[in-house]
Amino acid sequence: MSKHTPQPQSVFDSALLRGALIDSLKKLDPRTLWRNPVMLCVEIASLITLVTFTMSLTGANNEPAWFTGAVSIWLWLTVIFSTFAEALAEGRGKARAASLRKSRTDVTAKRLDKAEFGQNYTTVGASQLRKGDLVLVEANDMIAGDGDVIAGAALVNESAVTGESAPVIRESGGDRSAVTGGTTVISGNIIVRITANPGETFLDKMIGLIEGAKRRKTPNEVALEVLLIALTLVFLLVCANISPLSIYSVKAAGQGTPVSLTILVALFVCLAPTTIAALLPAIGIAGMDRLFQKNVIALSGRAIEAAGDVNVLLLDKTGTITHGNREAVAFVPVGGHNERELAEAALMASLADETPEGRSVVLLARQQYGLNRETPTDGELVEFSADTRLSGLNLEGTRYRKGASDATIAFVKKQGASAIPVDLAGVVDRIARAGATPLVVSKGSEILGVINLKDIVKAGIQERFLRLRSMGIKTVMITGDNPLTAAAIAAEAQVDDFLAQARPEEKLRLIREYQEQGYMVAMTGDGTNDAPALAQADVAVAMNTGTQPAREAANIIDLDSNPTKLLDIVEVGKQILMTRGNLTTFSISNDIAKYFAIIPAALLSIYPQLAALNVMQLTSPFSAILSAVIFNAIIIPMLVPLALKGTGFRPMPAEKLLIHNLLIYGVGGIIAPFVGIKAIDMVIGLVV
Amino acid sequence: MNPYELLQTIVFFITLLVLIKPLGSYMARIFQGERTFLSPIMTPCENLVYRISGVNPEDEMGWRRYAGAMLLFNLALFVSLFVMLLTQHLLPLNPQKVPPFTWQLALNTAISFTTNTNWQAYVGEQAVSYFTQMAGLAVHNFVSAATGLVIAIAVIRGFVRRKTSQLGNFWVDLTRCTLYILLPISMIFSLVLVSQGVIQNFSAYRNLPLVQSTSYDKPKLDDKGAPLKDAKGNPVVESVPVKEVQIPMGPVASQEAIKELGTNGGGFFNANSAHPFENPTPLSNFIEILLILLIPGALTYTFGVMVGNTRQGWALLGVMLLILITAFAVLQWAESSGNPLVVKQGIQSINMEGKEVRNGLAGSNLFTVATTGTSCGAVNSMHDSLTPLGGMVPLSLILLGEIIFGGVGSGLYTMLAFAIIAVFVSGLMIGRTPEYLGKKIEVREMWMSILVILTAGVTVLILSGIAMITPTAVASMANPGAHGLSEVLYGLASVSNNNGSAFAGLNANVNFYNLLGSLAMTLGRYVPAIAVLAMAGSLAEKKFIPPSLGTLPTDKAPFALWLTLVILIVGALTFFPALALGPIVEHLMMVS
Repeated sequence: MSKHTPQPQSVFDSALLRGALIDSLKKLDPRTLWRNPVMLCVEIASLITLVTFTMSLTGANNEPAWFTGAVSIWLWLTVIFSTFAEALAEGRGKARAASLRKSRTDVTAKRLDKAEFGQNYTTVGASQLRKGDLVLVEANDMIAGDGDVIAGAALVNESAVTGESAPVIRESGGDRSAVTGGTTVISGNIIVRITANPGETFLDKMIGLIEGAKRRKTPNEVALEVLLIALTLVFLLVCANISPLSIYSVKAAGQGTPVSLTILVALFVCLAPTTIAALLPAIGIAGMDRLFQKNVIALSGRAIEAAGDVNVLLLDKTGTITHGNREAVAFVPVGGHNERELAEAALMASLADETPEGRSVVLLARQQYGLNRETPTDGELVEFSADTRLSGLNLEGTRYRKGASDATIAFVKKQGASAIPVDLAGVVDRIARAGATPLVVSKGSEILGVINLKDIVKAGIQERFLRLRSMGIKTVMITGDNPLTAAAIAAEAQVDDFLAQARPEEKLRLIREYQEQGYMVAMTGDGTNDAPALAQADVAVAMNTGTQPAREAANIIDLDSNPTKLLDIVEVGKQILMTRGNLTTFSISNDIAKYFAIIPAALLSIYPQLAALNVMQLTSPFSAILSAVIFNAIIIPMLVPLALKGTGFRPMPAEKLLIHNLLIYGVGGIIAPFVGIKAIDMVIGLVV
Repeated sequence: MNPYELLQTIVFFITLLVLIKPLGSYMARIFQGERTFLSPIMTPCENLVYRISGVNPEDEMGWRRYAGAMLLFNLALFVSLFVMLLTQHLLPLNPQKVPPFTWQLALNTAISFTTNTNWQAYVGEQAVSYFTQMAGLAVHNFVSAATGLVIAIAVIRGFVRRKTSQLGNFWVDLTRCTLYILLPISMIFSLVLVSQGVIQNFSAYRNLPLVQSTSYDKPKLDDKGAPLKDAKGNPVVESVPVKEVQIPMGPVASQEAIKELGTNGGGFFNANSAHPFENPTPLSNFIEILLILLIPGALTYTFGVMVGNTRQGWALLGVMLLILITAFAVLQWAESSGNPLVVKQGIQSINMEGKEVRNGLAGSNLFTVATTGTSCGAVNSMHDSLTPLGGMVPLSLILLGEIIFGGVGSGLYTMLAFAIIAVFVSGLMIGRTPEYLGKKIEVREMWMSILVILTAGVTVLILSGIAMITPTAVASMANPGAHGLSEVLYGLASVSNNNGSAFAGLNANVNFYNLLGSLAMTLGRYVPAIAVLAMAGSLAEKKFIPPSLGTLPTDKAPFALWLTLVILIVGALTFFPALALGPIVEHLMMVS
C-alpha cells in the first residue's frame, strides 16, 4: 500500500514566509488583534512610543531621538513577530487547504428522482445538491457530496481525502456505505443519498479546520489567557505605580528626573508575558497541523486537548489488538490418531471453506505437513449452515466435517459412531480455556482431533499498551467473544481490562460508568453500532473507512484507519498543553532579568546607589533598556520553531516531567535573558 | 544568634508542629459535625443559639447564600461597632470618660475590626472605653476570625464535595467555630497570660509617683496657639516637671488571647504586645507567637483530613514553614548585623532600637515574622526601627498576600488560590488539563483565584501611587526619603492585606488614610472572600477525577517547591520596583 503522507513542510519555507509576512502586517489591525489582548496592549504601547519619538524629534521630549526611535521600532517588531508567528502557522494550513480545494472545483452531479439504476438523470452543479438528494455516480465520476451508498457497489479512490492511493470498496448496506465528496469512483455504479448540504460536507469542514478559520479557543487556552491578561494588568499597574513613586523619590532625593513615559512603556512590554501571548495562537494551529501530517483530522481543538487527558481507552478487539481473523495454529489429535491423519482430514474439510479461518487451516496443513491437495472436482461441498453448524466435503463416500464440538459429536453419532474418544473433552476444554477456538474434525463416523484456532495478537501491540500505561492511560478491550476467550487475549495483549460479549448498549454503559467515576474516555470505532458509544466518549476516533454515523459521532477522524493512532493524538494533545505551559513559565521567568536591566537604569538619576542592582554591568541606562526591549522582541521569532513543532514529549511520571520542564524552561528562563541582554548590550555598545 | 535564642526558636517550632495535628483533626471533627469531648457542654449551648436565632442547622447553602449570609453578618458587625464608637461616651464602663470617635475614625475602626484587619488609627488607652473594648472590639476579634475560618471550610468542602451546589450552613459553621474552637482556647490562654502578669480589671487608670522625677521641654505657645520664638528665631521652651505617671488599666487578658489566636492584632494599648501589661514575660511572648500561628497552621491539617489526604495539608504547611523560617533567618541576620550607619562608625552591635529587651532579638524577630506572615498585625517591637533590609522582611511577608500561615481561614484560602495557579501552569507543563485535589481547574477557577491573590496587590499598587503624589499623604510620614516611602507602602500593604500592623512612623489618623484605608480593607477582605466562595461553589459541582499516573501529585516536595517559587515570583514581580525605591535603596544609601 503506498501512501502519500502530507509533506512535512520545513518551518522556513520561503514562499510560506513571504505569505506570512504580508498576513502578519494585515493582522496588526486592532479589530483583528483584539482577540489577543496582551498583544493589543503591546500595540498600544508601540503607538505611545511612536508619539514620544516624534516628541523627541521636535524637542518636546528631552530623551535622545535614537533611543525613543529604537525603542519604538523594537516594540513594533514585537507585535509584528507575534502576528507573524500566527500567520506562519496558519499559512502552513492554508497551503494544504488550497490543495484540497482544488479537488472540489466544478463537480457536476447526476441527480435522480428514484433510487433505481437506468433512470434518467438531470445534471446539476454540486452546489445545488441538498440533503436527501439522490445522485448516480458512474465510473470515473467524482462524487459530488458526502453521502451514503444506497444501491450498488463501487471501487472508490479516496486519495484526495486520505492520501491513500489504494482504492476502497464502497457498497450499500453494512459498514462501508459512506462516501465522501471529492473522491472518485474508479469502477462500478452507485446511487448515493446526499447527507450534507454544500458548505457542510466533510471536505468543507476539513478545509475550514485546516485553514484555522473556524478555530475556536479551547477552554484551556481561555484559562491561560485569563492568567496572561491578569499578569498584563498587574504589570500595567506596576509601571503606572513607578511614575508617582519616582516623582516622590525625585523630591525626596533632591535630584534626578521621574521615570519617562518611554521607559515605563518599554518596561511594561518587557514585563508583560509577550513571549507566550505572541506564540499562543500559533501553538494551537500548529498542533492541528501536526496531527494532519499524521493523517488525523481533529474536528475541534478541544478534542485534541481532551485526548491529552484521556485516562481510559476503549479499543475494539478485532482489527486493533488482533488481526481481524482467527488462524489455525495447531492440530491436536485424539483417540489414538496421529497428527498427520488429522491434518489430512482437516485439510479435506476445509478445502471448500473460503472463510479466512478455513484458508488458515489449509495453509497450516500445507506448511506443517507438506500436504497439497487441490479442491477435488468430484467432491460435494458442504457449506456452513446455521442448522448443522458444520462445514466440510463429501468425497468418494467419505464425509469430512469440522465444526464446534457439540455439533460434530452430534454429527458422528448420527453417522453411527460407537464411541467418542475419551480425551476429546479434555482437549476441547484446554483450548477454549486458553482463549482459542476448538474446531473438532471428523472423518466418517470417527472423530480424529481438534484444530486450535487462535486470535493472533498483533506484533508489538504490547509495547504500545505499555507506552499508554506509562502515560497513565488504562486500556480496555471490547469484544464480542465469550469472557474466557476475551480474558486469554487480554492477558496476551496485556490490556488492563476487557469487556466481553459487548453489545452496543453495554459499550455505552461502560463509557458512562467510567465517566461517572471521573475518567476521560477515548474510544476508537468504525461500525454503525459503535456510533452511540462514540458520541458518548470524550474523545471519539472514527476510522475513515467507517460508516457515516460513526464518522458523524466522532470528533477525530483517522484517515489511515489505524486504531492505535490514538497514541499519536494523545501525544499531540499533551504537546500542545506542554508547549503553552513551558513557554508561560519561560516568559515569566524572563522578567527577573528584565527587572535587573531596567529598574536600575530607570532610577539611576534619582538614586545613583541603585547601580548596585545593575548586576549585568550594562553600559548605559539607555543601552540597558534597549537591550531588554530587543531581547523581549527577538525571543519571539527564536521560539517560533519550538511553538510550531511543540516541546518534546517522552512518557514519564508526571513529577519527573515537571522537574524536567522546570529545569529547562524555568531555570533556563531565568538565566537566558541575563546572557541575552548582556550580549545585546555589548553589541549596542559597539554601535553607539 | 546565640545558643539560647537558637534553642528558643527550635523549641518554638517543635511546639507548634506538635500542636498542629491534634488541633487540626479536632477542627476537622467540628466542621464535619462530629462529636468531640466538648460536645456534652457545648451542644446545649449550640442548640440554644439555633433556637433563639431560628436557624435550621440542617439547611445547607449554595455559595451565593453562604456568601450572602457572610456579608449580611459582617454588615451587622460593622454597623454595631460603628454606632458603638460614635456613642461610647453614652455607654457604661467608661471610667476615663473617653469621648466618641470622629465618624471618619469610627468608620475606619469599625471596618478594620470587622475585616479582621485591626488597623488602629487611634490610641487604645486614650480613645476607647472598656465597654467598647469588650463588647465591641473583643467580640469582633472572635467573629471576624470565625468568618475567615468558615469561609476556608466552605472552600475545602468545595474541593471535597461532588456534584452538589451545597457548601454547608454559614450560621452553623460560625456558631460551631466560635463555641468549640475560639472560645475554649481563648479562655485557657487568657488565664495562662494572667499567670504571666497580663492585667484584667475595670479600674480607672492609676497615677503613681515616679521614683525619680523628671522633666521635659515644652514649646511655649502664644494666645493663638502658635509657638513663640525668641529674637534669634528659635522656639521658646519651658521646662515641665514630671512627678507622676498615669498607668492605664483594663480588661486586657480576656482580649489578649483572641487578639493573637484570631490573627486580629488590635492591641488593647497602643504599644500592643510591646506593652508589659499585654506581654509581660518571655514566656508570654512565646505563647503569643504560638497563638498567632496556631490556627492557621492547624487548619492545613484540617484541610488534609477533610480532603482525605493529610499529605496535601502537610505540603501547604511545608511551603508556609519554608518561607516563614527563611524570612526569620533574613530578619535575624539583618538585625544582628546592626544598623549599617552605626556599623560604619566601627561599632559592631545588634539593632535593638524599638525592641523590648525582655523579648530579646530572636523573640522580637520571631514575633515580627509571625505577625506579618499571618495577617495578625500585633507587634512586640517597632517595625519602623528595623534596619532597611530587616524592615523589608515583614513588608514582603505582607505583600506576598498574607499566606505564610496567613489570617485565620483567609491564609488557607488565599494559599489554595495560589496552589490553583501553580497547579494550572504546572499542569500545562506536564501536558494535562490541570486538576487539583481531583477537581479540574477551568476558566472560572482561574478568574476567581486571580481575584483572590491579586486584589490586595492591585489595591496596594493603586493606592501607593495615589499616596505618593498626594501632599497630605506624604505629610503623614515621620521620616523623609526612601524610609518615608517604606512607611506609606507598609501602611497601605497592611490595610489592603488585612494585616493591621503599621510601620509606626506614619500618622494614620488623617482623612486620607482613614478613608482610603477603609476602602482598601473592605476590598482586601470581601473581594477575595466572595471570589473564593464562588470558586468553591463551582468546584463542588464538578465531578471527582481519580488520580492516575499522569496526574501531578500535589502532596510531594516538587510541587511544594514549585508553589513556593510561584508565590515568591508573583510577589517579587509585583513589588520589585516599589521595594527598590523603598527599603533597597535605603539600605544601599546607608552602606555606600
